[in-house]
Amino acid sequence: MKMVKLIIDGKEVEVAEGTTIMQAADQAGIEIPRLCYDPELKPLGACRLCVVQVEGNRLFPASCVTPVSPDMVVHTESPDIIEARRTILELLVANHPLDCMTCDKLGDCKLADYCYKYGIKESPFEGEKHAYAIDDSNPFIIRDLNKCILCGACVRACEELTGADNLSYLHRGWNRKATTAGDVDYIDSDSCVFCGQCVAVCPTGALQEKTMVGHGRRWEIDRVKTTCPFCGTGCNFDLAVKDGRVIGVLSNPDSPVNQRRLCIKGRFGWDYIYNEKRLTTPLIKKNGKFEEASWDEAFKLIAQRFTEIKEKYGSESFAALSSARCTNEENYLVQKFTRAVMGNNNVDHCART
Amino acid sequence: MTNSINEISTDAELMFLIGTNTTEAHPVIGYKMRQAARNGCKLVVCDPRHIDLVDEADYWLRQNPGTDIPLLNGLMHIIIKEGLEDKKFIEERTENYEELKAIVENYPPEKVSEITGISVDDLYAVARLYATTDKAMLFYTLGITEHICGTRNVMSCANLAMLTGHLGRAGVGVCPIRGQNNVQGACDQGALPNVYSGYQAVTNPDVKEKFEKAWGRPMPDKVGLKIPEMFEAAHEGTVKSMYILGENPVLTDPDSNHIRGALEKLEFLVVQELFLTETAEYADVILPAASFAECDGTFTNTERRIQRVRKAIEPIPGKANWESICEMFNYMGYPVNYDSPEDIWDEMASLTPSMAGTNYERLDKKGLQWPCPTLDHPGTQFMHAGKFTRGLGLFQPSDHIPPGEMPDEEYPFLLSTGRILHHYNVTTPYSPGIMSIWDREWAEVNPVDAEKLGVVTGDKIKVASRRGEVETAIKVTDRVLPGVIWMSFHYSETPTNAITSPHLDPITGTGEYKVCAVKLAKV
Ligand code: SF4
Ligand code: SF4
Ligand code: SF4
Ligand code: FES
Repeated sequence: MKMVKLIIDGKEVEVAEGTTIMQAADQAGIEIPRLCYDPELKPLGACRLCVVQVEGNRLFPASCVTPVSPDMVVHTESPDIIEARRTILELLVANHPLDCMTCDKLGDCKLADYCYKYGIKESPFEGEKHAYAIDDSNPFIIRDLNKCILCGACVRACEELTGADNLSYLHRGWNRKATTAGDVDYIDSDSCVFCGQCVAVCPTGALQEKTMVGHGRRWEIDRVKTTCPFCGTGCNFDLAVKDGRVIGVLSNPDSPVNQRRLCIKGRFGWDYIYNEKRLTTPLIKKNGKFEEASWDEAFKLIAQRFTEIKEKYGSESFAALSSARCTNEENYLVQKFTRAVMGNNNVDHCART
Repeated sequence: MTNSINEISTDAELMFLIGTNTTEAHPVIGYKMRQAARNGCKLVVCDPRHIDLVDEADYWLRQNPGTDIPLLNGLMHIIIKEGLEDKKFIEERTENYEELKAIVENYPPEKVSEITGISVDDLYAVARLYATTDKAMLFYTLGITEHICGTRNVMSCANLAMLTGHLGRAGVGVCPIRGQNNVQGACDQGALPNVYSGYQAVTNPDVKEKFEKAWGRPMPDKVGLKIPEMFEAAHEGTVKSMYILGENPVLTDPDSNHIRGALEKLEFLVVQELFLTETAEYADVILPAASFAECDGTFTNTERRIQRVRKAIEPIPGKANWESICEMFNYMGYPVNYDSPEDIWDEMASLTPSMAGTNYERLDKKGLQWPCPTLDHPGTQFMHAGKFTRGLGLFQPSDHIPPGEMPDEEYPFLLSTGRILHHYNVTTPYSPGIMSIWDREWAEVNPVDAEKLGVVTGDKIKVASRRGEVETAIKVTDRVLPGVIWMSFHYSETPTNAITSPHLDPITGTGEYKVCAVKLAKV
């Protein structure tokens, strides 16, 4: 592999040929601002927030799509560059509803983060604002295209991470839109599989998890990394927890199997845990009807009956069905219980593998 | 799986799918397959249904339901006839090749085409492609196992991979994608009638002695009952009490009326569940279960990766499941005092050579793929490198075994069942979000049959088999062949397994969910 040497912000950096300026800076620990770049998606070069100054070049190239060349001298935060970035941000907020005070995404919104960094309070450009209707047609995703900055991450995620090809760009210029085929609501789009990959990559409040809206800002949420309970793929994700309650699922890029990808079940199926039909207390059947009981009563009865039956009919008269839904530790305990306590090997788990 | 999921993206040059509707049953693996196919990896899909991945495939082999063995034998026949087998691999790493050769000899392309409905040209093309592609991964799921000949189907898949040397490296392998989140783990932990954790046989005297020492009780050395045998024994009156954790066999197992009868006969039944399921209704005592969000522990995925499950909220019923199971030990006079699931894991690991090198600290970030015998072992991305577990790989060829029940004059349709994207067995129907959109069964019927029956999408029909009948709404679609109706099994209102076949794979006890005979009537 051929290596290339260059200088970024006075630091000498050596990277493989073909590396982009942004990747080279990342390797050197220099973070160039970025909105449309996403490490898991093909670079688009749309937002231009990642522009840098390259000595000897009058134009400011977008660092996420520009490869390094030998002896390049790059400045990532020169006054001209800062000015250029400010202009880009001002143009973006010119038609952005500045309701950050009530936006659930604040704290995890790149647009707000960069406006903060570059001191953009409002836009000097008198912008006409879009008045798109909010799409909350489905139980999972809220879409507010008034907050869309056309970074195209959702379009690429839908195509590259899921392959559903449900999103694309429509119209040109001011009316340009990243939306579903036919510009219909999500629920009416034929190819949406509600995987939520578009939500996971959206850098603004344009796409959000519906269950999380109104339940807390990102900095108030604890994230607990866990493994999906639905299929054998073994995706990881974070449970978002606020005040002892799960309010949603967030992708965790450090997931060995799935990275940020999930499916409808993993991302949106978790709400069964709060189904009002959950059993919350032991039940004992008396005269054909279930009656609430304490744990102690339940265990006492179980121990008494299991013991009686074992004594009367022998240890082969017991059988246990363990569960392919439960944890390894629970399964280990069930087989140990069957073998060590009940004294037989009648243990299996459900056939529907 | 012998190999790992991410090899789809990083290594594979060909994916051969048989009986797996991956984008619906294992969506994230399906996404990766689709992405790989679009990036130039070849894709062969063998499925009677027009599943989504067919649209990305280089070849779609639409075999008649229940004809997987002739299909696989036919491919092997061509491979051997054309001299495309991996002679070195066969010579060095396998045995019983002569028997395989003799059996597949009887499956020439013309005959196979007749049985399976696949064109001779496609058989040749796919046989050549699979045999000559260096890195070819073979995937299957329930479409292969849920047949009377499920075990034979699985062996035939393995035969094909061994014949062509597609084992023991990255980007090859035989990959059954396990259905439920922890079906791999339940097996690994010894929730099986013949083995302890790590597949240590209950009949092995050394193993028995080890567990007797560790657990301080005499250990039974007679192989126990498999699920269907348990219910049979309950009918016969030899099994009198049961404990059922987190499963709903009345809805998910085949021939549910038979299971209801068995449960009724028990003298004492304990069910531990999240919800009052059809099975829990039969219980004498119900213990409320905690969900995955309420428990610490681990799941093991289909590629043998053990990963952490972390408690995010307090158990809604007040106890985590491991705590309530421990209480059962204690009340039964066998005191256990585990501090945590980690404690339980450590005991298991100390008794299980294939997982002896695992602990929660090592699992923390990326999990670990067993076998992982020592603390400095990195885990195993792909199995059978250089050697099979049993030494030489054994060819176990098989002849065609037709389904136990096929359509006839009285029951002219073939019912096949499976999963749909939005649901996972029987938990997601409790998700208000998902149920608000997908709240009922939509059976798939071919337009030709729909016309004959005089029904359109949205109509209700009655589906009856020799065992019972259910009602369902239908969707008219050419995803299914004429003469076939396809249904899922997620909904209590349409308990599909009340009508599925009573036939079982005699070796695994798995029900033949994929084929039975039914008749349809408009309601
Ligand atoms: S939810 Fe998934 S399929 Fe639907 S638009 Fe978003 S990325 Fe595409
Ligand atoms: S909706 Fe979000 S991800 Fe999609 S283009 Fe707009 S800002 Fe980017
Ligand atoms: S997110 Fe979907 S694909 Fe991943 S483990 Fe869960 S159910 Fe399976
Ligand atoms: S991040 Fe480079 S153009 Fe958007």
